[in-house]
Amino acid sequence: MVKFLPLKQAVAENLNDGDSVAFEGFTHLIPTAAAHEAIRQGFRDLTLIRMTPDLIYDQMIGMGMAKKIVFSYVGNPGVGLLRRARDAIENGFPRTIEVEEHSHAGMANAYEAGAAGLPCAVFRGYRGAGLATVNPNIKSVTCPFTGEELAAVPSIRPDVTFIHAQKADKKGNVLVEGIIGIQKEAVLAAKRAVVTVEEVVDNFDDLHPNLTVLPRWTIAAISVVPGGSHPSYAHGYYARDNAAYLEWDEIAADRGKFQAWMQANVIEKNAGDFAARVDHLRKAA
Amino acid sequence: MSEFGFTPNEIMTIAASRALRNDDVCFVGIGAPSAACNVARLTHAPDITLIYESGTIGTAPDVLPLSIGDGELCETAVTTVAVPEMFRYWLQGGRISIGFLGAAQLDKFGNINTTVIGDYVHPKTRLPGGGGAPEIATSSKEIYITMAQTKRGMVETIDFFTSFGHGEGGDHRQRLGIDTAGPTLLVTDLAIWKPDPVTKEFTVVSLHPGVTRQQVQESCGWVVKFAEALDETPAPSELELNTLRDLQARTKAAHEGTGKAKAA
Repeated sequence: MVKFLPLKQAVAENLNDGDSVAFEGFTHLIPTAAAHEAIRQGFRDLTLIRMTPDLIYDQMIGMGMAKKIVFSYVGNPGVGLLRRARDAIENGFPRTIEVEEHSHAGMANAYEAGAAGLPCAVFRGYRGAGLATVNPNIKSVTCPFTGEELAAVPSIRPDVTFIHAQKADKKGNVLVEGIIGIQKEAVLAAKRAVVTVEEVVDNFDDLHPNLTVLPRWTIAAISVVPGGSHPSYAHGYYARDNAAYLEWDEIAADRGKFQAWMQANVIEKNAGDFAARVDHLRKAA
Repeated sequence: MSEFGFTPNEIMTIAASRALRNDDVCFVGIGAPSAACNVARLTHAPDITLIYESGTIGTAPDVLPLSIGDGELCETAVTTVAVPEMFRYWLQGGRISIGFLGAAQLDKFGNINTTVIGDYVHPKTRLPGGGGAPEIATSSKEIYITMAQTKRGMVETIDFFTSFGHGEGGDHRQRLGIDTAGPTLLVTDLAIWKPDPVTKEFTVVSLHPGVTRQQVQESCGWVVKFAEALDETPAPSELELNTLRDLQARTKAAHEGTGKAKAA
């Protein structure tokens, strides 16, 4: 049953060296505070799974925590490349990493299959695409009814999934709204799930019945971390900090600058620092 | 700014926007495609349905999104769906009329590379990869492509097939069991290109004002074919130019945090 825990404890109880882990959030509700806590606790040999690795995986890869990445778009959305991930792939710095690359459709279907308890996902994909020739986990199956050849990828079943969401109620049910991305599937596909939320409310009685709610018994731990998805955003709470995404490109371009930034903004900080980072963005939301 | 009162990038975006119709359902890539689609929406195609892969359907942003998931897209959308639904029902289900893509490398058959420069395992440059593009390229009814011409970008052989265009040309798509039309339009900063009906090789059908055949060839890595009846792309109208410039000014202010993001 779900436990309300300080983030430090929630991460320590649910993440282990060598785990396969998904920090999901499709441009919205990215669990940055949880990722920073994982960085502070110094986990090693992780398999990092995420459709759009974004800044948090650039940071974890740059800190040498990743053994392997499973992804479908290794860019800084709208800005350019992820420079720490590039350095690892091109130069093996700070360590070599294994790469398993898919398309968004492939990853989305694989998470959905994981949530559905299936061994693999079947969809019409990768036709003529080079990824099918470099990723042995992209295979094909023949439809037993029509004979059509379809793509098959193994389902994604992370040891643990981290997401950020708007609200939990006092019982520990979690509400996600806005761009809901792949979070529900990533939680239901995982052995354990940890959710950071903007706030806890008494109940969800005044919500309409079709919102995305993850029942409390699907979640291992909830931590209240206002601002916990900065520099991404939380619909209804604060806006995306686009300037921070642009700045990241410069910080991550230089190994020394990156280390100094991580020391000052992650290692020497804690989850409580996130609230202040979104103060100026709340007015714009 | 050229002597014509608009830049090559502006005529590219505007020429691309003109190809979009009011009843199109368009899966929009970030960057130049996003600018072109929103100029179309703000000028001649007010009812066009714009879809971004974050799940926002029928969105009408006031500023261009920096990423495919900016809050603006969700706030102005008709509805927002989960990512698996986006790819399964809406794209794979055949609901998209135009997939609008950019490219890092492009060949003459409309095959796109956004994955690596050099070898896949030991790349010279690791690019972001495909994201939604591999399936957008095969499941959308047609593909439009827009990019600025350079010899490094428009190449005889791309280093990696991120998104399949017409393959080796001719009926290669059909031979792979792909029943959509594939790339039907390429708009660059110099010209408008369409595939030859038989070979599927991109052929220049219209030069932008003041552009010569030689300029097109000099910034392209393959031997360029020109249509017999070559048109000149109409210059941007005042409305088109003002719409694009206003949109880009609002966007720049917002993304630098000097506008909406840090207002009040």
